[in-house]
Amino acid sequence: MTTAALPQLTKKDFQTDQEVRWCPGCGDYAILSAVQSVFPELGIPREKFVVVSGIGCSSRFPYYMNTYGFHSIHGRAPAVATGIKAVRPDLDVWVATGDGDALAIGGNHTIHMLRRNVGIKVLLFNNRIYGLTKGQYSPTSEYHKVTKSTPYGSPDRPFNPISLAIGSEATFVARSVDVFQAHLKDTLKHAAVHRGSAFIEILQNCNIFNNGAWEGITEKDARSEHVIQLEHGKPLVFGKNRDKGIRRLADGDIEVVPLGDKYTEKDLIVHDAHHPRASYAFLLSHMEHRPGFPTPIGVLRAWDDLPRYEDVMNDQLKEVTAKKGRGDLAKLFRAGDTWEVK
Amino acid sequence: MSTLAETPLAKSKREVIEQAVIRFAGDSGDGMQITGSQFTNTVALYGNDIATFPDYPAEIRAPAGTLPGVSGYQLHFSSSEVYTPGDAVDVLIAMNPAALKMNLADLKANGILIVNSDAFKEGDLRKAQMTSNPLEDHSLDKYRLFSVEAQRLTRAALQHLGIDAKAMDRCKNFFALGMCYWLYNRSMDPTFRWIDEKFSKKPLVAEANKLALKAGYSYCEATEAFQVSYEIPPAKLEKGFYRSLSGNQALALGFVTAAQKSGLTLFLGSYPITPASDILHELSQYKNFGVMTFQAEDEIAAMTSTIGASYAGALALTTTSGPGMALKTEAMGLAVMTELPMVIVDVQRGGPSTGLPTKTEQADLLQALFGRNSEAPIPVLAASTPADCFWVAVEACRIALKYMVPVIVLTDGYLANGSGPWRIPEIEDIPAIPVSFATDPATYEPYKRDPQTLARPWAVPGTPGLEHRIGGLEKKDGSGNINYEPLNHENMVRIRAAKVAGIAQDIPDAVPEGDAEGDLLIIGWGSTCGSITAAVKPQRAKGRRIGHVHLRHLNPLPKNLGEVMKRYKKVLVPELNMGQLLWVLRAKYLVDAIGLNKIQGRPFKQNELEVKIEELLGV
Repeated sequence: MTTAALPQLTKKDFQTDQEVRWCPGCGDYAILSAVQSVFPELGIPREKFVVVSGIGCSSRFPYYMNTYGFHSIHGRAPAVATGIKAVRPDLDVWVATGDGDALAIGGNHTIHMLRRNVGIKVLLFNNRIYGLTKGQYSPTSEYHKVTKSTPYGSPDRPFNPISLAIGSEATFVARSVDVFQAHLKDTLKHAAVHRGSAFIEILQNCNIFNNGAWEGITEKDARSEHVIQLEHGKPLVFGKNRDKGIRRLADGDIEVVPLGDKYTEKDLIVHDAHHPRASYAFLLSHMEHRPGFPTPIGVLRAWDDLPRYEDVMNDQLKEVTAKKGRGDLAKLFRAGDTWEVK
Repeated sequence: MSTLAETPLAKSKREVIEQAVIRFAGDSGDGMQITGSQFTNTVALYGNDIATFPDYPAEIRAPAGTLPGVSGYQLHFSSSEVYTPGDAVDVLIAMNPAALKMNLADLKANGILIVNSDAFKEGDLRKAQMTSNPLEDHSLDKYRLFSVEAQRLTRAALQHLGIDAKAMDRCKNFFALGMCYWLYNRSMDPTFRWIDEKFSKKPLVAEANKLALKAGYSYCEATEAFQVSYEIPPAKLEKGFYRSLSGNQALALGFVTAAQKSGLTLFLGSYPITPASDILHELSQYKNFGVMTFQAEDEIAAMTSTIGASYAGALALTTTSGPGMALKTEAMGLAVMTELPMVIVDVQRGGPSTGLPTKTEQADLLQALFGRNSEAPIPVLAASTPADCFWVAVEACRIALKYMVPVIVLTDGYLANGSGPWRIPEIEDIPAIPVSFATDPATYEPYKRDPQTLARPWAVPGTPGLEHRIGGLEKKDGSGNINYEPLNHENMVRIRAAKVAGIAQDIPDAVPEGDAEGDLLIIGWGSTCGSITAAVKPQRAKGRRIGHVHLRHLNPLPKNLGEVMKRYKKVLVPELNMGQLLWVLRAKYLVDAIGLNKIQGRPFKQNELEVKIEELLGV
């Protein structure tokens, strides 16, 4: 080769020889396929990718990606990844995690990684159930969910992962769905170019322990009626016939309006994913809990003006070195008061 | 009231003595730690050998003047080698009744007792739960009492500065320090320099402190209060340049050194915890040495970020105390399983649970050796003196990098905060720590081992062609692929154990100090080294045949330890716990070793050890 051009990578280059051990029909297959399709398109050498995971079905992910991979312990992937990124900011670090791993046992690490804006991409596989331990409710399970550990219904109210991420000052927050392959790949590509923390919730079906977890969204008819696809610079329109939209009220709240004589697309909110403040994205993230409102998918927030944590850390080393000079061990040994014994 | 100034006194004379033990005690807001460390620095610079024992309450500010709020700093300095901060005190400075009450028992009969008489009013006495004034009721008659109006005299010296009474009173510790400098014929210059540097942005505060220091010194000179002052000539230590270091400072320096000697970036992931936080504070200052410090969100993140940094090719380190190491336990198992090099420092404190955060103990040994699920052996090292912390840090990094293992370093609160002289080594005398990263895709396998060390290769992300997956699941030796086969698991468990056990071939044999065979072998580890050394010396001088082995390596143990024990009639294992090393030695060597155990949050006194030695020798 005469130039330093990257070798053309393909999906196959990111597949391993390991037998994939998810249940047949699991949504994780679709996510794996999407990621393996997107990675070769990013123009990054394969050896620069690191996929880190915790524990759970989703956390088997690194074994099936032919990159550097670290299958760590339950909930701790963001902290492992932070250590990697601090030392090697040049690496492209992705975390594969689940609703239990990221939001229950690892909740603390998730929020702190996000508020620090470590340049890590987090793929949160949300199937609203514990799969690997065979069917207990999770922090995203619906209120009153009947599971193996809650035969009379779960007493907890669920987390909204998107709201949590935005509340943690995440600079990139998006949502996609396992079965929406084109949308998922597109969302992954958006995340890939974000330099700071990128948080992607992927709604995923567990056909064994929580089949139809997202039926209201993924069913053919439901899809257009109950889902709003966010696109930066485009008005918030949804509905099978694109006949509904979301409008801002005088008090700052939002409402769903029919499009027609009274309201046209001009009256609707134009989606601004790049707004520096998170309040608008938070408002969108919460609308699915309100009657008549759709579930948003796509990029809710992509504000990339905040420096990355690993860059701040490394810049500090450079700045102090520039100011004080490269550390001299012999001088350090003799710093402060010394005396000689002759 | 002080009557000293009015008493006609003989001209003071100077006496040369060998050693002294001095303790500063006051309220935790009185600046006793600063006073003590300044005195330490001054005598160390003069060339005395030193050992210190700072002893302060866990509460930042317990109610002023009360018994729980008493903070103390003890220093033993000498013209010969010292091993401990001293059992009993020659000079006690008590800034209030509570400090007097809490410390008087340790003052020698006829010892010098300097009290701030201004703090002995009725209210002060009540706070210290005293019913009568000890300065007046003759209860202190067996001591040489110097009752000094430190507060009034300090205010008198500072009144022209125009600062308020509270600010003036904050300087009275320096008045007391000035008195002690006069008493031991020491220069005030090092402390002047320190004050100027510390308060460079507050010249008035600097001036006030310097004036108070001078006032204390001049007071002694003018009043000839003590009649006698003391001279302790410099100690004849090994030739070289010295510096006074606390154990935590020495550890930090050791890790920076290991990073330089291995050519790696030092990464510290840590969560603040007493008494380990000072290591984080120290290392966070060394950014121009490429040292990266990450204050994690919790102990678990501190440990797992350390694992991540190690995986990415750094010399990775985490620092904590017992409760923190308990939280790191699961992740330490991951470090064992992924066979990555890193160091875990446990600065032990009194426990269990929150226990005695500022007091010392050696009760995490079994936690360090065994405190993980399943078979998860980790090499364990312990430092014996504040200066030894430096060398243990370097040695821990060497083992971690050579064998691709996590290594635990045990120190304790006594070593962490205590200081001693550190002979500054020549950089080139410290051996390089060789590190090699895997680069060749043709021969690389994640768990293909070095036949000698059993270390697996270190392949860091970013290396073309070495993409691989590791994790907490059991893996096939060689390929590193997930593997649940029964025989493979047994093989892997045994390999991980053999790798750690094999380090015994790479560490020095145990060589007893004192008699190479005889009636009694004392085996210690960690911070008890000074007390044991101090106790053995006079006992041997009396003709008793005693050896002392102080273990730096606790896992694996020196390979000749079993043989060494057989050369003595009895084996004594003194520990600041319920007998943890004792338990290990008895289990491993089937030896009828005897324990001496103290669990009071304080180090052994020399005398406690001597009594036990004599009991065992039947003398």
